[in-house]
Amino acid sequence: MTSPINVAQTSAGLSSSPVVEVRNLVKRYGAQTTVSGVSFDIVRGETFALLGPNGAGKSTTIEILEGYRDRTSGDVQVLGVDPQKGDLAWKAQLGIVLQSSAEAAHVTVREQVEQFAAYYPHPRDVDEVIAAVGLTDQSKTRIGKLSGGQRRRVDVALGVVGRPQLLFLDEPTTGFDPEARRHFWDLIRSLKAEGTTILLTTHYLDEAAQLADRVAVIAAGRLVEIGPVDTIGGADARVPVVRWRDAAGLRTERTLEPAAFVRALSAEIGEEPRDLEVIRPSLEDVYLGLVSAADAKAADATSATHATGAAHV
Amino acid sequence: MSESTLTRPNTTQPVPALPRGRGIRLGMKRIGYEIKTYFRVGDQVFFTFLFPVVMLSIFAAAFSASGNVGTNPDGTGGITQGAYFLPGMIAAGILLSGVQNLAVDIATEKSDGTLKRLGGSPLPVISYFIGKMGQVFVTSLAQIALLLLVARVVFSIELPTEPELWARFAWLYLLGIVTSAVLGIALSALPRTGKSATAVVIPIVLVLQFISGVYLMFTMLPEWLQNIASIFPLKWLAQGMRSVFLPESFASLEQNGSWELGWVALVLLIWCVVGLVLCRFTFRWIRKDS
Repeated sequence: MTSPINVAQTSAGLSSSPVVEVRNLVKRYGAQTTVSGVSFDIVRGETFALLGPNGAGKSTTIEILEGYRDRTSGDVQVLGVDPQKGDLAWKAQLGIVLQSSAEAAHVTVREQVEQFAAYYPHPRDVDEVIAAVGLTDQSKTRIGKLSGGQRRRVDVALGVVGRPQLLFLDEPTTGFDPEARRHFWDLIRSLKAEGTTILLTTHYLDEAAQLADRVAVIAAGRLVEIGPVDTIGGADARVPVVRWRDAAGLRTERTLEPAAFVRALSAEIGEEPRDLEVIRPSLEDVYLGLVSAADAKAADATSATHATGAAHV
Repeated sequence: MSESTLTRPNTTQPVPALPRGRGIRLGMKRIGYEIKTYFRVGDQVFFTFLFPVVMLSIFAAAFSASGNVGTNPDGTGGITQGAYFLPGMIAAGILLSGVQNLAVDIATEKSDGTLKRLGGSPLPVISYFIGKMGQVFVTSLAQIALLLLVARVVFSIELPTEPELWARFAWLYLLGIVTSAVLGIALSALPRTGKSATAVVIPIVLVLQFISGVYLMFTMLPEWLQNIASIFPLKWLAQGMRSVFLPESFASLEQNGSWELGWVALVLLIWCVVGLVLCRFTFRWIRKDS
C-alpha cells in the first residue's frame, strides 16, 4: 500500500488517501477481548471485504467504524474523523446497512426510502434507488408485508440513497435468492464505478471474490491475513490439487504442474484414472485453511501462558 | 501487508458542512411520517386514541340509571354521570397520548432497530423529537375533539361557552400534553425490550387513572391514597379539567373544597421539568456497548 502524505483531495476524490484507517484497534468487554490489535487501511474507491467466522470480531470492528461502539484503545479515522466524535455532517457521508432489522413495518417501501432521502444533502433519486434494488413492483407495499430478502433490499436502498462516500454493508445478502444476489452484485459494482468506497462483511466467500479488491480475514479478534483476493493465503495455499480414486481409495496430490502429473498418472496405471478432478483452491478453501490455522494457534496461545500484547500478522 | 506509517492528510476536509435549519425542517417532515404510522397501528388506535371515548360511552351508559351527581337535597338538579366523568376522560386521554403512546412507541423503536438506523443517519435528535411531539399534539387534539363531539351529540352533555373557561382549557391542555409527552419519553428508557414495553407502561398508566379521579370520584378514595395520587400529575390535570367542564358549585366537592389551579400549574410544571431532565440524561439512539 502506498503511504499517503498530505494528499490534497479533489471533489472527485480519486486519490489514494485512506478513507478508513485502523491502527491497533482493541475492544474489550470486561475481561473478554473481542478485537485485539487490528490494523488496516481502506483507500478511496476500494471495495474491502472483512471475512471471519461468527464471533470473530467483524461486526464489532465495523460498528466501531460506524460510530455505534466506542473502542477500548487504538486509533481509528473514518473520512478523517474519529468515529467517536462523528457529527451529523460526517454521518451524511456514510451509508450504513446493519446486520438485521425489523422496523418500519407500517410504511411502504417508497415512503421509507423517500423519508430517508430527505435526511441527506444530496440524495439519489428515490425511484432510481428502488429500481436498483429491484423493488419497483413493491414500492407501494408496506415493508411488513415483504419477504425477508425483499426487506434486506430495503435496508440496502436506505444505505445508498444518501449517495455515501463510504458504504458499510454488514452481511447484506443474507436471505437473498441467487438471482437477487446477482442483481445486488451489479448494484455494488455500479456504486463502485461511481467511486463509492465499500466495506463489506459477508459469509459468502464467492461474494467477496466477486466484489472485493482486497479482503481481510479476522479470527478470534485478530487479523490473520489481508491482501488482494487472488493472493491471500500465499502461493502455497493455492497449489492445485489432483484427486482420483484407485484400489486404495481416494487419493490426492498437490502439485504446481497438474497436467504433467495427470499425464504421468494415466501412463502409470495404463487407463483413465477414476473420478479424476483437478481442483484449484477457491477463496473459500484458502479462507477455511486460514481460519483453522488461526484457531489452532489461538488454542496453543491459551494453553501456553498469556502472551500479552502479541502482535498480529 | 506492510503497515504504512500513520501520516494523515491534514489539508482538505472531506466532510462538507450541512446547511443550517435542517433540524426544524426535518422535524416537520417527521411529523407527517409519525402521524401516518400512528394511525396504521390498529392496537395503538384502539388503546390510546379511542380508549377515552370507549370509557366515556361505557360510563355514560352504565351509570345512566344511578342518577345525577351533585343534586339538590330534594333530588333535582346536578349533572349526569357522563358529564361528571368527561373532564377526567379528557385528562386520561392527554396522559395516554403522551405517556403511554410515547413510552411504548419509543421503547419499541429502540428494540426493533429504528433508533439504531436513525442514529447512523444524519437526522438530528431534535427532528426526531419534533416529530414525536407533533404526532402527540395532533393525535391528542383529534382525540379530545372526538371526545367532546361524542359527549355533546351522543350524550347531550352541555359544554362550557365562556371564553375564559376555554382559555383555561388551553393552558391546561398545553401544560398537560407537554408534561405528558416528556414523561413518556423519559419512561421509554425503562422497558428492557419492545415486547415488554406495554407490560411495563400500561399498568403504571392504568393505576394512575384509577387513583387520580378519572374513573372513580377522587374524594371517594381513602385519604392516604388521595395523598399518594397527589404526588402525580394526573390528579391535578383531572382536577383542572373539572374546573373547566363542571359547574363552579362542584369546586366544593374537591379534596380541599376548591379547584386549586395554582397547585395544578405548579405540580404539572415540576413534572415537566423533571421529565425534561430525565429525557436529557436517559435518551440515547442506542445503548452503546450493550
